[in-house]
Amino acid sequence: MIYAEILAGGKGTRMGNINMPKQFLTLNNKPIIIHTIEKFILNDRFDKILVVSPKEWIIHTKDIIRKYIAGDDRIVVVEGGKDRNDSIMSGINYIEKTFGLNDDDVIVTHDSVRPFLTHRIIEENIDFALEYRAVDTVIEAIDTIIESTDGEIISNIPVRSSMYQGQTPQSFNIKMLVDHYHSLSDEQKNILTDACKICALKGENVKLVKGEVFNIKVTTPYDLKVANAIIQESIGR
Amino acid sequence: MINQVYRLVSPRQFEVTYNDESLQTDYVVVRPTHLSICAADQRYYTGTRGKQAMAKKLPMALIHEGIGKVVYDSKGEFKTGTPVVMVPNIPTEEDDIIGENYLRSSKFRSSGYDGFMQDYVFLKRDRLVQLPEGMSPHVAAFIELITIAMHSLVRFEQKAHSRRDTFGVWGDGNLGFISALILKKRYPESKVYLFGKTKYKMEHFSFIDEAYNIDEIPDDLRIDHAFECAGGKGSQDAINQIIDYIHPEGSIAILGVSEYPVEINTRMILEKGLTVIGSSRSGRADFVNTVEFMKEIPEVIEYLELLVGSVHEVRTIQDIIDAFEKDLTTSWGKTIMEWKI
Repeated sequence: MIYAEILAGGKGTRMGNINMPKQFLTLNNKPIIIHTIEKFILNDRFDKILVVSPKEWIIHTKDIIRKYIAGDDRIVVVEGGKDRNDSIMSGINYIEKTFGLNDDDVIVTHDSVRPFLTHRIIEENIDFALEYRAVDTVIEAIDTIIESTDGEIISNIPVRSSMYQGQTPQSFNIKMLVDHYHSLSDEQKNILTDACKICALKGENVKLVKGEVFNIKVTTPYDLKVANAIIQESIGR
Repeated sequence: MINQVYRLVSPRQFEVTYNDESLQTDYVVVRPTHLSICAADQRYYTGTRGKQAMAKKLPMALIHEGIGKVVYDSKGEFKTGTPVVMVPNIPTEEDDIIGENYLRSSKFRSSGYDGFMQDYVFLKRDRLVQLPEGMSPHVAAFIELITIAMHSLVRFEQKAHSRRDTFGVWGDGNLGFISALILKKRYPESKVYLFGKTKYKMEHFSFIDEAYNIDEIPDDLRIDHAFECAGGKGSQDAINQIIDYIHPEGSIAILGVSEYPVEINTRMILEKGLTVIGSSRSGRADFVNTVEFMKEIPEVIEYLELLVGSVHEVRTIQDIIDAFEKDLTTSWGKTIMEWKI
C-alpha cells in the first residue's frame, strides 16, 4: 500500500501573534492545508491520505476538509505527537492498527504548509521510496551555507556545490523507518528530529528527489505574502 | 489546489505559473500523460507568429494535442484512471447550423487560451473522450491531428457528389499521410493517389495505389475529388494543380493552413463547376468518430505508428525546450512528450 501523510502538527509560533496554526491561514481564500491535501487527492496511487493534526485542532481540520473537499474516503485525520517524528509515528500506528503493515508499504510524508509541490515531486517520491526505501526532496543550495557552532564565529564553510536544502516530501519504506526509529534511545529521539537523518545514520541510502525553488514552506508572515503574490500573478487568464 | 501551468512567455522561453483551481466544480480534472507538438505550437515557440500575435497571446501554455487520465471528477461519472483524449476546442455557445469549431466565439487551446502544458488540466465533461485500454499512447497523443482529417472527410461526404472512384491527396507530410490513410481505409475499392515532392517521405505511404511527384504527373491523369494537405506557400501550387487534374463537378477539400492569402485559378473553378470545401480544426463529434474508427480498424494504428518521430521524457522545463528544439530539426513524424513534469 502507498500512504500519504500530511503533517499539520505545528502550532504556528513563527507566524507571529495569531491564534490559529499556520496551516489554517488562507491562501487565496482557502486554508493552506486544503491546497496541500488536494494535491495528494489528485494522485490515484495513494490508498490512504492521513492528515496529522494537533489534538485540539482535529475537529476544525475535519470541518474544513468536509467544507472544501466533498467526499474522498481516502482521507483520515489522526492525532499528532509531541514532535515531528512522533507525529509521523502516530500516523504509522494508525496504519498498523487499521490495515496492518506489509514489507513493501511506503509512506510519503509532507509538510501541510508546502502547497506548491508538483505532480512530479510526488510521483518521484513514490517511485524512489519503492526502489530505495528512503527519499528526501531537496534543492541545490542557493546561498552559501555557513556553519557556526557558537553562533558568533564561523566554524566551517562547506563547499556549496555539494550542499542542498531539504524540503518535503520525505518518503520511506514504513517497516524500515519503524525499525530504525525504535532502535533509538529517548535522548537520540530528541536530537534526531529529521526522519531522513535517522535513516542516513542507520546506513540507508537516502535517494534525492529534485525539489523546486517554489516549493516553499509558508511559516512566516513574509512567506504568506510571497505565496499570495505568486498566485495573484496568474489570476485573470 | 495550486496548479502549475508551464507557459511560453517569449520565444524559446517557458516559465511556470500557478493557478488556484477548485476541485468542487463541474470540471473533470485530467493529468496529461502524452503530449504532441504541432507546427502551430512551433510558430509561437520560435516567434514566427509575428510580433502582434505574440504580444496578444503570450504568456500562454502551448500544446493542443494530447491525452491523459482522469484524476478527479466531483460528479463521479468518470472513474479515476480512465484514459482520455482531450478536446482543445472550447465552445461558449450552441448553434444548430454552425459547428462548434467554426463559431467565432469558441476558444481554442494554445491559441490565445492555455493549452495542455499543465500539471493538471481542468476540462468541461464534454471536452474529453474515453480511449480504449491498450491503445498506443504515442499514437493516441496526436489523435487531435487525426480528427482534422476525419473532420474534413465528414464534411466532404456531406457535400461532394457520390462518384468516388479516384481520390488525390496533395502533401507528403503528417496530415497528408493521415488523410490518405483514412481515405483508403474508408474507401478500400477506390484509388487513392498521393502527390508529393519528397521521395523519402512518399515512400512511407505503402497503402496507397500510386504516388506521383508533383513535377511528373501524367497529362491524362484525372481524379474525382482531392484533399489539399500541403499548407503554407505550397498550398497555392497544390490547389492550382488540383484544379487542373480534377474532373468537372469534383470537390476540393482544403486542409493546409497558410499564413498568407494564396492566388488560385478561380476561372477554372467556375468552368469546371468545382466545389471547394474549407475545414479547420475539429469538434467533439470528430474525436468520437476518430476513436471509433481506430477501434474498428486497428490496422490504422499500426500505420500511424510510422508517424511517431521521437519520444521525449519531460521532467523539467529544459526537457520541454529540448523536445521543441529536436522537433524543429525533424523532417518526418510527430514529436511526443511523455509528460512527467
